[in-house]
Amino acid sequence: MPDDLNWAIGGEAGDGIASTGKIFAQALSRAGRHVFTSKDFASRIRGGYTASKIRTSVDRVESVVDRLDILIALTERTVDENEDELHEDSVVIYDGERSTMQDVEVPHGATALEVPLKRLAEDAGGAIMLNVVALGAACEVTNFPIENLDESLQKRFGDKGEAIVENNKTAARNGQEYVREEFDQEFAYDVETTDEDYVLLNGDEAIGMGAIAAGCRFYAGYPITPATDVMEYLTGRIDQFGGKVIQAEDELSAINMALGAARAGARSMTATSGPGIDLMTETFGLVATSETPLVICDVMRSGPSTGMPTKQEQGDLDMALYGGHGEIPRFVIAPTTISECFWKTVEAFNLAETYQMPVFLISDLAMAVTEQTFSPDTFDMDEVEVDRGKVVDEDDIDTWLDEKGRFQAHFPAADGVSPRAFPGTTDGAHMTTGLEHDELGRRTEDTDVRVEQVDKRNRKVETAKEQETFDYREFGDPDADTLVISWGSNEGAMREAMDFLEDEGIDVRFISVPYIFPRPDLTEEVAAAETTIVVECNATGQFADLIEHDVLQRVERVNKYTGVRFDADELADEVKATLADSAGKQELEAK
Amino acid sequence: MSSDIRFTDFKSDKQPTWCPGCGDFGTMNGMMKALAETGNDPDNTFIVAGIGCSGKIGTYMHSYALHGVHGRALPVGIGVKMANPDLEVMVSGGDGDGYSIGAGHFIHAVRRNVDMSYVVMDNRIYGLTKGQASPTSREDFETATTPDGPNQPPVNPKALALASGATFIAQTFSSNSQRHAEIVQEAIEHDGFGFVNVYSPCVTFNDVDTYDYFRDSIEDLNETDHDRFDRDQAKDKILESDKEYMGVLYQDENSVPFEEREGIEGSMAEIPDGAPEGAMDLVREFY
Repeated sequence: MPDDLNWAIGGEAGDGIASTGKIFAQALSRAGRHVFTSKDFASRIRGGYTASKIRTSVDRVESVVDRLDILIALTERTVDENEDELHEDSVVIYDGERSTMQDVEVPHGATALEVPLKRLAEDAGGAIMLNVVALGAACEVTNFPIENLDESLQKRFGDKGEAIVENNKTAARNGQEYVREEFDQEFAYDVETTDEDYVLLNGDEAIGMGAIAAGCRFYAGYPITPATDVMEYLTGRIDQFGGKVIQAEDELSAINMALGAARAGARSMTATSGPGIDLMTETFGLVATSETPLVICDVMRSGPSTGMPTKQEQGDLDMALYGGHGEIPRFVIAPTTISECFWKTVEAFNLAETYQMPVFLISDLAMAVTEQTFSPDTFDMDEVEVDRGKVVDEDDIDTWLDEKGRFQAHFPAADGVSPRAFPGTTDGAHMTTGLEHDELGRRTEDTDVRVEQVDKRNRKVETAKEQETFDYREFGDPDADTLVISWGSNEGAMREAMDFLEDEGIDVRFISVPYIFPRPDLTEEVAAAETTIVVECNATGQFADLIEHDVLQRVERVNKYTGVRFDADELADEVKATLADSAGKQELEAK
Repeated sequence: MSSDIRFTDFKSDKQPTWCPGCGDFGTMNGMMKALAETGNDPDNTFIVAGIGCSGKIGTYMHSYALHGVHGRALPVGIGVKMANPDLEVMVSGGDGDGYSIGAGHFIHAVRRNVDMSYVVMDNRIYGLTKGQASPTSREDFETATTPDGPNQPPVNPKALALASGATFIAQTFSSNSQRHAEIVQEAIEHDGFGFVNVYSPCVTFNDVDTYDYFRDSIEDLNETDHDRFDRDQAKDKILESDKEYMGVLYQDENSVPFEEREGIEGSMAEIPDGAPEGAMDLVREFY
């Protein structure tokens, strides 16, 4: 269990909550501490409340927990919102001089640290810096060297001029000194620093960086929460590598632009979320039948319809697997961590081009809004491999021309994979269409050709199963009676939940599945376990359905669809309760 | 690329299944002539086709081509051109594909002004589904799905284009093959989005907007004193509801294509076999 500190700042939208959280997270990261941030939590009261939470430790942190040690409350409501997470050693920092903060009651015997944030900010040059005063106060409470803040203040305010940066540094020190001088108190926290160098990024940024690393040159998208960060990350950066981001008029256009760029030979992608993926569904079939390599990323959020746009859910699994009319061969990959968002993006491009198929990269809001620290080696660019598949050029195109000299872009090869000629290649001119077509890409309704082309497209999946490894990630005790299976972003919370469970004498074998289609066959693993529990953030258990379908056996389900990801401690409790239920059921059956 | 390309090189060996007498034959021949005249070659040409009778064109022509989803031909064409500006990109579709299901993409493609051409076969009818009203059908045009006519005015695509900041707007008539080919050629040569609306009569389902109607009512702008570089003159001609014109209605001499403004220099197809040089700097940015 990491020796962790849980910190938060909360207030109203527009209070600069997110950027203050980012400044502190960066400072901790630069001080050699691991960081895991979150913004996706429930409001107990109503909308409008916003907060940024940070869990930090010298050890790796993989999830959030149900505990707050330091809380900067910019509003009275912030204290109420976090009542359940505060405890007797908690410290609540707030501005007691504000008329709106007169009635603050700090619960559970936690320390109320009244700091005149606004006044001290004005002393430093402006009330706008009051959040930074609070950060300085938090440094003093946690015994965290304030110099660590300086670099992130420089990063945040550098482009506004040196004076602004200096004022902010002063504001932080005003907060620190006020606490030092006014409160003669030992706090329970001592935030250790290390010499480690970490990078701090979120899941969307990891996907964007993975795309550039993989040679992606074209991105078309339409802004949508929580996928916009992929687009904003790539904008400007992809240009430095000869690429371009296009903001399309809608998602219908975005996916078709990306498809066009891919037909022209560029590694190409689009990213969106629920409502956008609905529109893009129209084009899924065309991508598959025209055999165009395309990476389609869905950063899931709570649905259906507009749902809860800023809340977590893993509800689009069935859509990714089955979306679109007709039968559409495809790959579906769901990265399980933020660093895996990078690597699975690289892999998605290789699969797309090797098999000339659509690849659905399914991430979720929990990873999109979380920033986590990693050693820079985690993203070792020398490890990135680019496999473009069966691309032919002028020198070898003759092999793929028919007796009349026509290029066979849909040649029914033994492995299902046809040659690919980029436009501009001499003698490669060919058409393709969403209509059923022959090996030349020309429309046909000939029954034999129809069957040949359907089989050939489906054969690519079989070839991939033979050539690639679609394996799971495994943690815990391989011989444990309890098997927990999850997909996507639950991996971190479950890994930490295992520590809680171990404390209670419950051993778990944990299988985290990043490949949804094709996916590993878990028949033996499920058969070997006494109880199998499938954990996912949706109401109906879409992945549990798949597992039951694969292994022909019922599994237990832990589902969460509040809009908030699993906390590690909460998940441990859920697993424990499910085991108890399951044992009860088995006993009943035995009777 | 050989210099002796003939327009028949753009013909595939598939015989068109359009009805005998369909305007689309003439429209397609003009496109092929214009492509050959502008020094293009099937191997550097990318045709994107929509859905409908017009959408079949990709099958009957020989080039790199994609026949895609109904209404989305323009976004595909934009993607192709952005990823490889060295290609000649021509998008083709009908009035339903372009002005109904694809109308949103039409105005935004016009705004974006990518260097490509867009040839719309406008027959004022849905032919492939056997005769329903299209967005350019007349207000009182009776069809199976509009027994009293659409009861709404037709869309004016040239006005939409002008209002969306078009840099090249032209009108042709498929039966006037020479003028049609010349004008499509000008659209190809234009530095930007070359929009050509083609009156391409449907002989099977439209007995109102016929060859005779267009022949009798259309006036060639070359025989008037129209100044194509004058936007006000273009506006007046485009908004005249009782007249049909043939020719280039508007051209912006100073048009700079989107991809040029965006600094795209060449094909995006070639990439290294590992992460690109400098990729590790991306990681360092996150310190």
